[in-house]
Amino acid sequence: MSEHEYTPKSKAGKWFNDRLPLLTLGAHLTDYPTPKNLNYWWTFGGILTFCLITQIVTGIVLAMHYVAHADLAFASVEHIMRDVNYGWLIRYIHSNGASMFFLAVYIHIFRSLFYGSYKSPREVIWIIGLMIYLLMMAAAFMGYVLPWGQMSFWGATVITNLFSAIPLVGDSITTWLWGAYSVDNPTLNRFFSLHYLIPFLILGLVVLHIWALHVPGNNNPVGIDIKKPSKDTVPFHPYITIKDAFALLVFMIIFAGFVFFTPNVLGHSDNYIPANPLVTPAHIVPEWYLLPFYAILRSVPDKLGGVILMFSAIFILFVLPWLDTSKVRSAVFRPIYRQFFWILVIDVLMLGYVGAMPAEGIYLVLARVGTIYYFLHFIVVMPVVGYLEKTDPIPMSISEPVLTGGAEPSLARKVNDKV
Amino acid sequence: MIKSNIKLLVLSFLLLISLRPLQSAEMVDPIRVDWSFKGLTGTFDRASLQRGFQVYKEVCASCHSMQYLSYRNLGEPGGPEFSEQEVKAIAASFEIEDGPDSQGEMFTRPGKPSDKFKSPYPNVQAATAANGGAYPPDMSVLVKARKGGANYIYSVLVGYEDPPPGVTLDDGVYYNKYMAGNKIKMPNNLIDGLVEYADGTDSTVDQMAKDVTTFLAWAAEPELEERHKTGVKVIIYLVLLTILVYLSMKKIWSRIDTEV
Repeated sequence: MSEHEYTPKSKAGKWFNDRLPLLTLGAHLTDYPTPKNLNYWWTFGGILTFCLITQIVTGIVLAMHYVAHADLAFASVEHIMRDVNYGWLIRYIHSNGASMFFLAVYIHIFRSLFYGSYKSPREVIWIIGLMIYLLMMAAAFMGYVLPWGQMSFWGATVITNLFSAIPLVGDSITTWLWGAYSVDNPTLNRFFSLHYLIPFLILGLVVLHIWALHVPGNNNPVGIDIKKPSKDTVPFHPYITIKDAFALLVFMIIFAGFVFFTPNVLGHSDNYIPANPLVTPAHIVPEWYLLPFYAILRSVPDKLGGVILMFSAIFILFVLPWLDTSKVRSAVFRPIYRQFFWILVIDVLMLGYVGAMPAEGIYLVLARVGTIYYFLHFIVVMPVVGYLEKTDPIPMSISEPVLTGGAEPSLARKVNDKV
Repeated sequence: MIKSNIKLLVLSFLLLISLRPLQSAEMVDPIRVDWSFKGLTGTFDRASLQRGFQVYKEVCASCHSMQYLSYRNLGEPGGPEFSEQEVKAIAASFEIEDGPDSQGEMFTRPGKPSDKFKSPYPNVQAATAANGGAYPPDMSVLVKARKGGANYIYSVLVGYEDPPPGVTLDDGVYYNKYMAGNKIKMPNNLIDGLVEYADGTDSTVDQMAKDVTTFLAWAAEPELEERHKTGVKVIIYLVLLTILVYLSMKKIWSRIDTEV
């Protein structure tokens, strides 16, 4: 945070700022000292903010034309596509926007994993981020149900049925979730309601996420603590804003490529068949961004076991800051962990791939191997490697790539403070 | 180090993708047709759309509905682009049920361009009952609703064959090379010379299949031409803006010693 106290220049500004320090907040956001060595993997925070706002704005417009009723939902989506001015554009931005949102969030999460951004003192940022990710999955799942196509209906049936695996009360919970004795109109109605609510909850958490970030400040590719402000930092504006803008534009080009040239490639063709409770699709698959978890779910022969494992796969991330025993944040200086990081990336990609395939034969074997590695990575590899690994020497500061033997970031910090 | 890791990553992913043939079923890949509407600047062949509409009207429409289309769509830009008079005449050739009138009675009247395409059956059950227990799917978004899209629809239309030895078919079931499971309840309706094209084109089975598939592709994505045109403009705009922002970024970051 900036050291000096901000005072507005104009009298009116000062009057207002004394009552509500919005201008101080603006000054803080502008001056916010940011490590100058942030690479492009750090631009996804801004990109994700853009994604959220895009989803909210297009979603509000879609909700003006959409009808949340089992008999009318599919037709109302076609009405949007055919009769609403630029309805096709708004809907394709919204549907592809969900995929782009998840693409960005996965890069953002893996960046954090690589550079140790989840580690002390940033555990709360990480946990809020995971809560955002959980809400994103809920919002995306419910949003996919709204067009009321075959995949909407059967995806909703499969996922809500997971809760029936809970002993004793499972069936009652499922009926309660449905509001009926199967996925039906009441289910669609409540999913629409929640789908509209969740993005605003996410928005609130994003504010907390950024607030929590601004307390310790950004991590950086070197992963060392830096003095702020110092010659290792740049003011957020214009240095980071222009860099974020550039990265966002590149991202938007890819986004536009999907929207305008292959708007349906990420969806499933069956979702253009109206929902039919009497006809089950040959393969029920969720959207691509949920596939790794779907693979974990199906890798267990027991339903309850699969559900527990799938939820554990997400919840284990919450305790990650305490599973990682390494004192060094950035994987750049962790030769062993770095290899395991890339194995995890491949593992998750593989799980996503087999999640889209039928759960049989080689795919089932791969899903099981992938699932086992996924958990081993967090439960065994992270604590053990962090403990045993001999890390590479860490620079004392970003500006001076002076290498000393020690591997204690806090030590580097102390030295740096004296410089 | 990171580079070699990324290489490893890409390689393993390619290996994974190449596993795909392992799950090969007896399904035959649809025929690849070089459609005019493919690609970044693809547009519909106007004459083909008009002929396709004729095939739909004279052949498909006796069983398949297209409930999300209106007659006015036939005259809109990017579609078959029939003239206003033609659209009015097409609409008027259908008797549409309307009402209730002030006496509370339903009545029929000639169609108007604002009417939706008239469905051949009053409801799904009636359509199913009249077609041997198989519902002829609504064709409004059929091309988007099938894996393989236009190629698949075209392939099914020309994919009728005698069943291979050993395959016995029930009454009212036909063998189709490209249909999932190879069994289809829709008979092979297309025979050479079935429709008489207004523009004099020779109505071979292949020609009719291509024309009606083109029509269905438009019906499923009536915005396709506008989407492609807008997309090209948007991408050009974004690329230019990206270059300008990149140069600004370089200039701003040149104030300090760090490379962007």
